[in-house]
Amino acid sequence: MSNQKSKEIKYTSMSAKRRVGNTSTYIVLILMSMIWLFPFAGLVLQSFRSYDSEYGGMVNYLVPKHFSMDNYLFLFSGKTNYLKWYSNTLVIAFAVAILQTIIVLCVSYALSRMRFSGRTALMRFWLILGMFPGFLTMICLYFLLKQFGLTQEGAIPGLILVSVASCGMGYYVCKGYFDTIPKSLDEAARIDGATRSQIMFQMILPLSKPIIIYTALVAFMAPWCDYVFASYVAFGHDESYNVAVAMTRWVWTNDYQGYFTRFCAGGVLVAIPVTVLFMCLQKYYVEGVTGGAVKG
Amino acid sequence: MQDTAVKKPGAVSIFFRALGSNIKEIGTTFVGGDWKTKVSYLVMGFGPLMRGQIVKGAAFLACEILFILYMTGFGAGYLAKFSTLGTVETKKVHRKTVYGDNSFLILLFGLLTIIIIAAIILLWRMNVRENLREELALKEGHKLESNRHFAASLFDRNFDKTLLALPMAGIFLFTVLPIIFMICVAFTNYDSKHQAPTHLFTWVGLANFRELLSFTSSGLGSTFIRVLGWTLIWAFFATFTTYFLGMGVAMLINRKGIKFKKMWRTILVMTIAVPQFVSLLYISKMFASDGIVNGYLLKWGVIHDAIPFWTNPTLAKVMIIVINIWIGIPYMMLIATGLLMNIPEDLYESARIDGATPWQMFWSITLPYMLFVTGPYLLTSFTGNINNFNVIYLLTQGGPKSTTLAGNAGHTDLLVTWLYRMTVNDTNYRMAAVLGIMVFIVVAGVSLIVYNMLPSVKDEEGFQ
Repeated sequence: MSNQKSKEIKYTSMSAKRRVGNTSTYIVLILMSMIWLFPFAGLVLQSFRSYDSEYGGMVNYLVPKHFSMDNYLFLFSGKTNYLKWYSNTLVIAFAVAILQTIIVLCVSYALSRMRFSGRTALMRFWLILGMFPGFLTMICLYFLLKQFGLTQEGAIPGLILVSVASCGMGYYVCKGYFDTIPKSLDEAARIDGATRSQIMFQMILPLSKPIIIYTALVAFMAPWCDYVFASYVAFGHDESYNVAVAMTRWVWTNDYQGYFTRFCAGGVLVAIPVTVLFMCLQKYYVEGVTGGAVKG
Repeated sequence: MQDTAVKKPGAVSIFFRALGSNIKEIGTTFVGGDWKTKVSYLVMGFGPLMRGQIVKGAAFLACEILFILYMTGFGAGYLAKFSTLGTVETKKVHRKTVYGDNSFLILLFGLLTIIIIAAIILLWRMNVRENLREELALKEGHKLESNRHFAASLFDRNFDKTLLALPMAGIFLFTVLPIIFMICVAFTNYDSKHQAPTHLFTWVGLANFRELLSFTSSGLGSTFIRVLGWTLIWAFFATFTTYFLGMGVAMLINRKGIKFKKMWRTILVMTIAVPQFVSLLYISKMFASDGIVNGYLLKWGVIHDAIPFWTNPTLAKVMIIVINIWIGIPYMMLIATGLLMNIPEDLYESARIDGATPWQMFWSITLPYMLFVTGPYLLTSFTGNINNFNVIYLLTQGGPKSTTLAGNAGHTDLLVTWLYRMTVNDTNYRMAAVLGIMVFIVVAGVSLIVYNMLPSVKDEEGFQ
């Protein structure tokens, strides 16, 4: 009897303990959520601040006194090339996503499923190449692109070319995924007379939907942040800027002429589609990131 | 085990032994070969063409013709000037521009020519071996592979070559060649005073490295050490703060009885989804001296002067690390969430029966497992942070400016942002190239040390 009672007491104390623990966990999580969302809330609120009746620069209050669409209308008014920048970025993002996915799949398949002489040497060589900082080669790449007329006016195809050309070295996550598909499947198919290309297109790729989506998603999101190389290649040619280059300039140089709220509005318009896409495909992203972290 | 045993004699002796046996084979093939093979030594692909191997033979021949055209029309001229990088400057004589040499082009195309010569030697060697193979096969009475069969093998036996051809060409042209080029630039005086074609640059040996490591008033030594130090401190804190906090958050959300798990994760993941140039630029303005944080604090009377978040060097460094936590936690949380569920529940169960506290359980079950599994991630994350351009550049652009640092470096500059500033603002390409090599040495050194300590990367085939 007493034994059971003491167990009961222990049980209630355990659940009380857990309740306290859960409550404090909730408090931490709610606080974190507030910190995490605060900048985004600020960004959206400030984008609605009226440009005409209030001020377009930096102010010391968060909630605008007059809500208006001034800043958004400005972006679409044709006074700047915002629409052009936006479409530039979209074009780059789609092209890079498609081409990069194809190339990464090719490289990963070859390195994962086939054994050829020089395979490990190649992988080691690429690993070493990857240790050089990317901006090191900027001037040389700029010059190479210039030879083909792919800078300034031609910056968009130039940027696509550069991103796609070197992407083969980023095969790690995808190869790691292919490595988990049992090799006995390949062997069975080869006994049935399938060629290597048939195995790739008819067997491995249909099994690899998550990693294909992950690769494409990561490739699609990168160009939206590309500031470094894009600003160098498109230098001085307003129509070839992408959103990151163009709007970074607004914040850094034109801030005090009231471009801050316009930056906020432009930023919101950039963030919405990318965020929505990411949230829809979050499942695949998590899968890719987790696999990549373990395999390295 | 066997692999290491074979490697023991040393890479150099292996190389020379391989070279020796190659030369021997080239000799015996020539002596023992028929006239078709002998002609192939001069006209590549002649033998295969005569034996009906049209595809292979034509490919060899085409390569040789292209090579000769390239060398006579283009490559030889650049190669000849490679040792001086040009001597005749472009000048204006009586309003007319007289074009001279261009060091940049000579260096770039000279390198390209050297690589192409190496490639043609390799191809020539393949051509010799192909002849030998065909002769031996014919002698033994085998039939040679038909052209159609060879073409089909590109989608089967040789599918790897088909798949890798384009990516490798891209990587060669846009990564390998530029990197070799920039390594060479580190040994020249290519800077703002030597801009080809009007002012040529030339080889200077190790002078740039000496300048970087010299601690006199004009040298960059002390600045380099400080920037390198901050780079390593930053990489260390950025990696481990996000690692442990991210793991902690994942464990909080994973707790039994916590509801809306998916919602909490989605909120945190917002920082990955929103492009960094939007969120980081906004945050950098939030903490500016006239930004919203200082604005509210001043209005409420908490402070009387704006807090110099970005103008005080120490405070700026702390801010960068703190804001990086905001970005970095979600990544680690996503990774940890999946992995934590992989730990067998009965491990915790038995630990609990033995009376272990949650802290002890974390210390002796969760952490060892996580460190074991995420070893490669920690390494790539550390090296990634050494090269983490976006966070620093979007928040401070390397500032605040410093009077004690040379070479235009700011207090929060990493090696890579310093490199970027040297390239874009100062056009000091020679020092940028030297810095790039230094970054490589740091990253490679760290990777080499850590990589050999990782248990999970030793056996690649073990995963399959």
